Amino acid sequence: MSIQVSPTLPDVESEIRSELGLSGSAQKRQACLSRLLELAIASPSPASWLQSLRDRATAQVQSQSFPSNRNEGWRFTDLSDLLGIEFAAAANSSVQLADLAAYVLPEAEHSRLVFVDGVYAPHLSALSHLPATLQVGNLAALAEPDELLSYLAQQSGADELFTALNTAGLSDAAVIVLPKQLVVDPPIHLLFVATGGDPRSAQADQRPTLTQPRCLVVAGVNSALTLIEDYVTLGSGVCLTNAVTEIWLAENVQVNHTRVQRDSLAAFHIGKTAVSQARSSRYIGNALSFGAALSRHHLEIYQTGEQTETTLNGLTMIAGTQVGDLHSAIALTQPYGTTRQLQKCIVGDRAHAIFNGKVLVPRAAQLTDAGQLNRTLLLSPKARVDTKPQLEIVADNVKCTHGATVGQLEADEVFYLQSRGIDAASARRLLVYAFAYEIIDQIAIASLKQTLCQFITSHTD
Amino acid sequence: MISENSPIILSVNDLTANVDGTQILKGMNLEIKAGEIHAIMGPNGSGKSTFSKILAGHPAYEVTGGEVSFLGQNLLELEPEDRARSGVFLAFQYPLEIPGVSNLDFLRVAYNSRQKHQGLEELDAFDFDELVQQKLDVVKMDAAFLHRSVNEGFSGGEKKRNEILQMALLEPKLGILDETDSGLDIDALKIVADGVNQLSNPDNATLMITHYQRLLNYVVPDYVHVMANGRIIRSGTKDLALELEERGYDWVLDEAAAGVA
Repeated sequence: MSIQVSPTLPDVESEIRSELGLSGSAQKRQACLSRLLELAIASPSPASWLQSLRDRATAQVQSQSFPSNRNEGWRFTDLSDLLGIEFAAAANSSVQLADLAAYVLPEAEHSRLVFVDGVYAPHLSALSHLPATLQVGNLAALAEPDELLSYLAQQSGADELFTALNTAGLSDAAVIVLPKQLVVDPPIHLLFVATGGDPRSAQADQRPTLTQPRCLVVAGVNSALTLIEDYVTLGSGVCLTNAVTEIWLAENVQVNHTRVQRDSLAAFHIGKTAVSQARSSRYIGNALSFGAALSRHHLEIYQTGEQTETTLNGLTMIAGTQVGDLHSAIALTQPYGTTRQLQKCIVGDRAHAIFNGKVLVPRAAQLTDAGQLNRTLLLSPKARVDTKPQLEIVADNVKCTHGATVGQLEADEVFYLQSRGIDAASARRLLVYAFAYEIIDQIAIASLKQTLCQFITSHTD
Repeated sequence: MISENSPIILSVNDLTANVDGTQILKGMNLEIKAGEIHAIMGPNGSGKSTFSKILAGHPAYEVTGGEVSFLGQNLLELEPEDRARSGVFLAFQYPLEIPGVSNLDFLRVAYNSRQKHQGLEELDAFDFDELVQQKLDVVKMDAAFLHRSVNEGFSGGEKKRNEILQMALLEPKLGILDETDSGLDIDALKIVADGVNQLSNPDNATLMITHYQRLLNYVVPDYVHVMANGRIIRSGTKDLALELEERGYDWVLDEAAAGVA
């Protein structure tokens, strides 16, 4: 067993600001945040009960400052490219189903919810093959939405800046509520489309857009669900997606969740996945990140009952000048919990991957078993990864392991394939594919698996 | 099988090579004709494995002098994949594991790249499956191995059998076996050797690189060469291998040193 306890650096920024007054860049950051908050608040609020949530979140945003790389959590992920951008709200777009042909999954042909720029698109969605007792749809259309008040924006960490920014502008959301005992057979596909700069967008001046998708899943005792959360962009304009997904697993629930981020290379993507697991529940999360100029994914697991199982598989594959950041935090708070995390990164050109994996094991979490591994494949000499396991262990009778490996394609491996008549470029493609496949293989949806395999092969040169 | 009139498959003349600036090969000479089975033996560090990798085109080694002619063409100017497609096959001492790529797909890609290179018909999955089923018998391999990832989780013996299966499919003109006997129990050794014997015919040639004489009981060589310090210092028949087994390498090294002096 090896343990590393990383010291948490104090937030030095507020101290510096008080000493020096607001510097130019600090002013720019505040201006950017104010602009984003203004946009969020301006979104329509369909119900009065939502307004109080929004107001509270607004206050949370106002009490924080826009992160710079002086914040420990943002040391390697530089948001300064966002500062100069004048974001606007997305206008209504006229996306048709044919535009989404590449993203439609046959397995979920009749169990798909589509949101375009954060707005529910009933004409693109299909919900005919789902059990009648399942509540699924958009928040604004639900009969008794206030029942969700104890779940919506109630996960720990809801006050984090970007999560609060999303809540401050919350006007609609994808909602899935499983009653107890319900096992949903078809996978449910949540497709979030951003149309930044797309010709189909009604946005005449093609200004960069802000969209804030939201998703809430509440799974009752003994229920089971397979969920695909899919982020795509149409067009290649600049857009910022700030997504939040909250998932609540009651006792003995099983959720198999695959999150795919395949935005355009002009996009910025900030996302939160917060999962709360009650006793004996099993959560399998596959998080795949391919797109966006800059992406940041906060993945937070809260084990709130005994004997919970968490499996996290992640793949970040980036190239060019992309930045791909995964910050995960797993809190084991009860005895007998297990977690398995495997995060793989494939980094080409001058791209930069970041992995920060926090695991918290407080005194109450005895007899828990936590394993974490980060493996990175660097495809170019200028490619970079910053990897940081962060285990904070107080309980004394636990098993915790972590590891990180960083490597390149081995000349011997390429040679082996060449010696069988396979040319060097194909050999490299095959080896990258093989590295990625361990994660792709965990996806429960065959068509998505195949699409992503093709994507990986076509993006390796 | 030695036949004076057989065409020359491989001809190595005064080959020298470096790795990381250190000279490993110091004037290799070797000629192999069709139908022949050769064995290169030698102590650890003699350069015999390096020699096999250089023939296959491993990029870590720098050829600094000499010539290698394969079926009349300059082998050294070919990329590794083109050497393979032209009929050079190296069975690895440590075959690579490739998770996520099925053995069947891998074999088909390799087979078709050679077919294409030689202007022959590429096989679709159906026809290839039929072909590979026939070849499985060569190494007594279960068809279940075809659907597993390449070498992943294979035992040492299974990996070596998989190498010979690849050789059976690619039908090389020159099969080079690098320490193929290492790490094999006697049953696996017999299966591998039996496979090699089945594949040997009057039109191709086999070069075995081995530290021990054991393999040579099952694949009987026409010629045995002893390599030391980057060159061949003695050549003979299979009796030489038996003598080495009995007396070790020192006497050959001593005699060679005396000869030079």
